[in-house]
Amino acid sequence: MIESRVLPDEEQPPAVAHVQVYGVRHHGPGSARAVRRALEEFEPDAVLVEGPPEADPLLELAGDPAMVPPVALLAYSPGLDAAGTGRRAAFWPFAGFSPEWQAIRYAVGAGVPVRFCDLPAANQFVAASGEQDDGDDVRLDPLGALAEAAGYDDAERWWDDVVEHRSGEDSPFAAIAEAMAELRAALPVPAAGGYRRREEQREAYMRRTLRRALKDGHERIAVVCGAWHVPALLEQVPAAADDQTLRGLPKARVAMTWVPWTHGRLAGRSGYGAGVRSPGWYHHLFTAPDRPVERWLTDAARLLRGEDLHVSSAHVIEAVRLADALATLRGRPLAGLEEVTEATRAVLCEGSDLPLELIHRRMVVGERLGVVPARTPMVPLQRDLHAEQRRLRLKAVPDPKDQDLDLRKPTDLDRSRLLHRLRLIEVEWGVPKEEGRSRGTFREAWTLAWRPEFDVELIEASAWGTTVRDASAARAQAMAADAGPLPELTALAERCLLADLPEALPEVTRALADRAATDTDVAHLMEALPALVRALRYGDVRGTATGPLREVVDALAVRVRVGLPPATTALDDDAAESLLDRIDAVHAALALLADQDHLTAWQRTLASLLDHPGLHGLLEGRLTRLLLDAGLLPDVTARMARAVSTGAAPARAAAWVEGFLAGGALILTHDDELLRLLDAWIAELPPDSFTAVLPLLRRTFGGYTAAERRAIADRARFTTSPPGETLDPARAAPATATTLRILGWETP
Amino acid sequence: MTTDAVLRPHAEQQYADELARLAEHDERPRPPGWKLSPWAVTTYLLGGELPGGAVVTPKYIGPRRLIEVAVATLATDRALLLLGVPGTAKTWVSEHLAAAVSGDSTLLVQGTAGTPEEALRYGWNYARLLAEGPSEAALVESPLMRAMRRGAVARVEELTRMPGDVQDALITILSEKTLPVPELTTEVQARKGFTVIATANDRDRGVNELSSALRRRFNTVVLPLPATVDDEVDIVARRVGQLGAALELPEAPAGLAEIRRVVTVFRELRSGLSSDGRTRLKSPSGTLGTAEAISVITSGLALAAHFGDGVLRAADVAGGIVGAVVQDPVADRVVWQEYLETVVRDRPEWRDFYRACREVS
Repeated sequence: MIESRVLPDEEQPPAVAHVQVYGVRHHGPGSARAVRRALEEFEPDAVLVEGPPEADPLLELAGDPAMVPPVALLAYSPGLDAAGTGRRAAFWPFAGFSPEWQAIRYAVGAGVPVRFCDLPAANQFVAASGEQDDGDDVRLDPLGALAEAAGYDDAERWWDDVVEHRSGEDSPFAAIAEAMAELRAALPVPAAGGYRRREEQREAYMRRTLRRALKDGHERIAVVCGAWHVPALLEQVPAAADDQTLRGLPKARVAMTWVPWTHGRLAGRSGYGAGVRSPGWYHHLFTAPDRPVERWLTDAARLLRGEDLHVSSAHVIEAVRLADALATLRGRPLAGLEEVTEATRAVLCEGSDLPLELIHRRMVVGERLGVVPARTPMVPLQRDLHAEQRRLRLKAVPDPKDQDLDLRKPTDLDRSRLLHRLRLIEVEWGVPKEEGRSRGTFREAWTLAWRPEFDVELIEASAWGTTVRDASAARAQAMAADAGPLPELTALAERCLLADLPEALPEVTRALADRAATDTDVAHLMEALPALVRALRYGDVRGTATGPLREVVDALAVRVRVGLPPATTALDDDAAESLLDRIDAVHAALALLADQDHLTAWQRTLASLLDHPGLHGLLEGRLTRLLLDAGLLPDVTARMARAVSTGAAPARAAAWVEGFLAGGALILTHDDELLRLLDAWIAELPPDSFTAVLPLLRRTFGGYTAAERRAIADRARFTTSPPGETLDPARAAPATATTLRILGWETP
Repeated sequence: MTTDAVLRPHAEQQYADELARLAEHDERPRPPGWKLSPWAVTTYLLGGELPGGAVVTPKYIGPRRLIEVAVATLATDRALLLLGVPGTAKTWVSEHLAAAVSGDSTLLVQGTAGTPEEALRYGWNYARLLAEGPSEAALVESPLMRAMRRGAVARVEELTRMPGDVQDALITILSEKTLPVPELTTEVQARKGFTVIATANDRDRGVNELSSALRRRFNTVVLPLPATVDDEVDIVARRVGQLGAALELPEAPAGLAEIRRVVTVFRELRSGLSSDGRTRLKSPSGTLGTAEAISVITSGLALAAHFGDGVLRAADVAGGIVGAVVQDPVADRVVWQEYLETVVRDRPEWRDFYRACREVS
């Protein structure tokens, strides 16, 4: 127990005050429990907690029964500059097992004044020069450093082993303070950069707050701060020196509020995460009244049972035994998360990692979303949206209203982007009137309707970022990380382009590339390609950078080329037809891409396919046609002759013709040779075969416009009748009439 | 028979010195029936230094926690199931665990499609049975029965290769720890220290899935493939050296670079990710374990020695690699070609390898 007699400022030498400084591990359940116990014993008349003093007025909200941790204090610059530059945000997350939270709750509950004592966020927002290097991890987690020195890999373990399980000692804080003093003395002084200066400022501010509290007449003051700062707070530093340190610090405008937080965000190491790897486990340790291992494993078993995995009580018994045996083997007084996880894997999950992941997600991290009371001030995402609404003159009204946007106008383009971004963070304020094909045009039609619950969604989405743009970009990246099949990702890529989020695009395209690489079905790849090429083109229209997308398209094209040949063997009629559609789509897409290398390679692939034995007639015909159109096939007539010659089965020949002619009738009206071959083939078909082939031909020619059919018939009439033959028009009349009707040359 | 004369001595024979020294320094409590304490067993498996400077060689190179879980399992008298793809040292670990815990790794039942139930329980000496009727003397004990009588560790290799009904004979033994002999109206009750280490392959086709009743009686430890390229190169190079000597192949220096390349190819295809982590790949259907890498290199060495210039080159391993990767002629060929074109081709220092592979595919 640190009890120091602090002599307050010069002129007031009065009553001797008691100050206790509790050095804690942020988000450590052991610390939390110890702090709570120590406070109840000490009964302070003022509590100081490490945190931004701007949040002092918000502290009473922590006592609101509607406030459920995990929550976070959010400081942000309310920046009115529309450009959005220089905006910053910082979060101070609190979980139920955070010692700071316990201290606040205690103070609010006991009616004791509670204050934050860290350097104001207003000062912290202005970066001290060179602050980027965040110091090393020792300062961020000094208890972790001590634990490591003692041979532990988890600070909570060390804390549990060393502090919680030691009997006869009622408070660990004296020992912690001593250890920290040692650690601070032993560590080299950090280079005189921004980090060190900031550190000095923070500690000076903490001392100053403490002095003020004493001056205010408080006599029993409890200070809860990171263990690292304890020696600094106990140090006797003249007030003038601290004032010197803090003089003239630059300030930024800051607004603060509470926001709901999640365990997942606590677990993140980057960004605003607190680097707590196992918040769910800590929560369990903090809340479980006794036998944490048994309770945890029982919960895990129930979770697995809920997923229809067979886990019995016998499993749990064996898992507990194994965890205990492992703890003994490792020389630890009680099984910790590591032992429990090993036991879960070996017994409950029978060696499989999949259910273990489930346990990690649902229990070790734990899906928990905090709640803040309704009277909490608003989050910056909402403010940002309001600013955008004002700027773009879009009113949030509950009645549905149609809005037509002309994307060539900058305002309309921005409106469209805002709506697309909001859709990405699931605020469906605007709904496109018709999804799909109209993208190529410069028009977009939306239906706008504001619903009150969007506010809730915005607050929830504020975990993703403080502006609509940042949040939607972060959201898109997260969606890319756990998107399902390929089409979902291509759709996401398109949405990113529509919302103009180039920062999210690399993530999406990388996921896309990964998914494309592992997708074994070439059909999926072929389906994805055209959409991507469209997106590329569309990006051009909107002026979005599409570089990474281009790489994906390149890779996809290669994979399609490699995968296509095996996919063309042994197809039945239906499969050939669907593949034909895909080949057409890819062909068109590559033509749209207008990349000569891709086009040549693709044509080479098609050419090599053509000589594949056993290729479906439909495909062969179609490929012949595609290559002919590309001017790469000199011997088309010979090929057609081969395909429709008597050696070929009539059904296959018909399929060939269907494939060949599917791309339009013009070729027949211009190439007499081909027309003659076709005509001769039909003329020479034996009656049975003719009946069999007729529907196929009917289908092929039925696809042409009436004008085309007439043109072909005209040519057929003049070019193909063998000269010198005598005709009997009367006998031929009925057949002629029927034929004419089939050809559509003459309407009845 | 002296250990020098046998082709392959048992673990407890080969490492008798280390076991003796470990026992000498072992002051921790030993579970009943154990020759060493759990801590000493862990040290035996993972290697370490003893007070007095004696060095214990590592038997298993891999995560420490796996061995700790395995030893802790045995210490709680649960049965241990070692799972893993071929070539992850399952048998090796089980042999050394048995040698360290019981000082005897020979109580072994090998699982095959034809393993009868007698191999797990007991059989009869039929000549005696006919002559004298059922008696203790006519009983032929299985290794498991002997292990129960002695309170030792029994090993069951390739558990999933046994027919399901034979596997289930283990259930009584593992849950009741007794083996009834109704013919003699007696039973054998296991002494303290008895447990079973089983190994099974979780990738092979045509295995007999364990019944859930049996599965429940095991703690499962999955042995992974080597974690880093360096570990794997190390294992492959060491093993190739031993094999080359045993097969008396002509000397051909197995270039470490070539070994690394083979290991890299296998690792990349296995994990479905290129080593720089930037390109996703498809994985082929076959197992590409350390054991396959070793066989590719040894056959490459033979090629180089007999038909090449005596130095292991890309061309010598290319054939072997393609053969190992392309097990399914259609799907795997696509996988291999994609890999060649998207990964191998872009590595300038792999040009010789790319050419060699193009030639054989």
